Amino acid sequence: MTGVERPMPVPARMSLRDVLRVGAVGLRTRPLRAFLSALGIAIGIAAMVGVVGLSSSSGAELDRTLSALGTNLLTVSPGTTLMGEEAKMPTDAEAMIERIGPVQAASATGKIADARVYRSERIPEAQTGGLSAYAVRLDLPATVGATLRSGTWLNAATEHYPAAVIGATAAQRLGVGAAGPDTQVVVGGVRFTVVGVLAPVALATDLDSGVLVGWPVAEAQLGFDGHPTTLYTRSEESGLEAVRQVLAATANPEAPNEVDVSRPSDALAAKQATSQAFANLLLGVGAVALLVGGVGVANTMVISVLERRAEIGLRRSLGATRGQVRTQFLAESLLLSALGGCGGVLLGMGVTMGYAYYSGWPSVVPAWATAGGLAATLLIGAVAGLYPAIRASRLSPTEALATP
Amino acid sequence: MTFPMIALTDVSRIYSGGVAALRSVSLRIGHGELVAIVGPSGSGKSTMLNLVGTLDRPTSGTIHIDGYDVSQLSDGRLSALRATTIGFVFQSFHLAAKIPALDNVADGLLYTGLGRPERRRRAAAALERVGLGHRLDHEPHELSGGERQRVAIARAVAGDPPLVLADEPTGALDSVSGAGVMELLHELNAGGTTIVIITHDREIAAGLPRQVRMRDGMIVSDSAVESEPWPAGSGVTA
Repeated sequence: MTGVERPMPVPARMSLRDVLRVGAVGLRTRPLRAFLSALGIAIGIAAMVGVVGLSSSSGAELDRTLSALGTNLLTVSPGTTLMGEEAKMPTDAEAMIERIGPVQAASATGKIADARVYRSERIPEAQTGGLSAYAVRLDLPATVGATLRSGTWLNAATEHYPAAVIGATAAQRLGVGAAGPDTQVVVGGVRFTVVGVLAPVALATDLDSGVLVGWPVAEAQLGFDGHPTTLYTRSEESGLEAVRQVLAATANPEAPNEVDVSRPSDALAAKQATSQAFANLLLGVGAVALLVGGVGVANTMVISVLERRAEIGLRRSLGATRGQVRTQFLAESLLLSALGGCGGVLLGMGVTMGYAYYSGWPSVVPAWATAGGLAATLLIGAVAGLYPAIRASRLSPTEALATP
Repeated sequence: MTFPMIALTDVSRIYSGGVAALRSVSLRIGHGELVAIVGPSGSGKSTMLNLVGTLDRPTSGTIHIDGYDVSQLSDGRLSALRATTIGFVFQSFHLAAKIPALDNVADGLLYTGLGRPERRRRAAAALERVGLGHRLDHEPHELSGGERQRVAIARAVAGDPPLVLADEPTGALDSVSGAGVMELLHELNAGGTTIVIITHDREIAAGLPRQVRMRDGMIVSDSAVESEPWPAGSGVTA
């Protein structure tokens, strides 16, 4: 009479919506705790997304800058002689370089060794302000991509007279706001009128702290020897390597070993690579923050299971299987960290956009960073929730119900 | 009926540490009965409720609930049995805080596989049945003790289980509310539900058709058996 043949009871499957709804119960009843433990995750994700976003944004900015400036600029400067003395390039180096096929433009500056720059004659001699005077060719701005912030560039007339164009840093150090007929600086003991002020020149940063005067006036009044100290060339992109190989020999055929050739855009890219290494370090810090956030979620879940023993017992008495209890707490943990993850991604994107806007960069958050952040979040949620969920499911219903 | 609702045969439950909460108890409760299990604390009546409710398994002996041998069922099947066959009413109600009465009751059907609209519809009907049709949106803290226990009863019966187990259902209530809850349980029984009430209150037990008295893990008297020979009789009075 006791062993009656009947169909075995089969536990019902819960729909995904019910699983999520039940998983959200703990978050809804204790919103502050849920918020705080989600915040831990959010900070970690925001840090990582922000770091990736900022470094990609600055990378995009570099690309933009480089495509605006061009990467086809090569500079030639004298190195040292075999005796260790400073070498000199021939005075006709510029003309020789211009004869190389793919070279589109060449220009030169010559550092005027003995000319110091002062705001006025009353400035003590020692206070040079780290500024240098350069004799420049008229086609320099076109070749290096310099633009004027104020005033005009030198012309065929003013290059013979004491007129100067000063770099952005030099203008700041000399206290010159704008060019004008009354603004004069003292170069090598001679008063020069400031006819123009340059904007910062990205590919030729030497010019920023320079006072630029015409080639003829430098030779006539400042004792300039006429030897160029830096040659700037623009070449066809396709012929750049070929130009680079012959540049030293062309600039100084007698002593090609005394010439240094460099590509300024490489220096910018190298700077970018350095900041990339730093970004990787920050990414590691973000990962640690995320890990700490995950520990926070695990802690919250363990406490939640302890506190809700009675609820677990009740659910078991209502017919929840062990698996369903486990799913409930796992879902809660996943929801908690997903909440933090979404918040963190938004926060990280916000930081990136804000900073990029502030710096005038294009704001770029790579999709892989967003997706990776969310995936990492879910992984952490699953790992953090697994142990508490298993503990909850192993709880004996009678013991759980006995808890007041 | 070809089989009783509850059949315990030589059931013992010995906790780790050697404490015997039940010693070789046999009991049959038929469909549609209203039974009180009475005894002082420590008599083993709560252990009995846990075993009958399939929340715990016996150390020895067999338990059949609604014809199923509990020891043969896995955790999943046992859970399904609880979801469809057994309704629990607890002394401390076990209602979820900050959740309206309707959803508290509807959550009782969460593991039956019904969709949410159907769960809520049945929950509303169950609350109507316990006289709380006007309190659907009230949260537990807005209800009196008696009303809370009615909500808990509504949750237990929302799925129309053939068996309701009540553990000291009036223990936390004043006498007026307690009487109301007992009246409700009587009404449910009149509708055909088998109801087992665990209590230490002899007065409440006396108001029920059948009383099983327990002491020290054993049944000391059973009003159904006093009129018929025991254990040969079926124990079914209804």
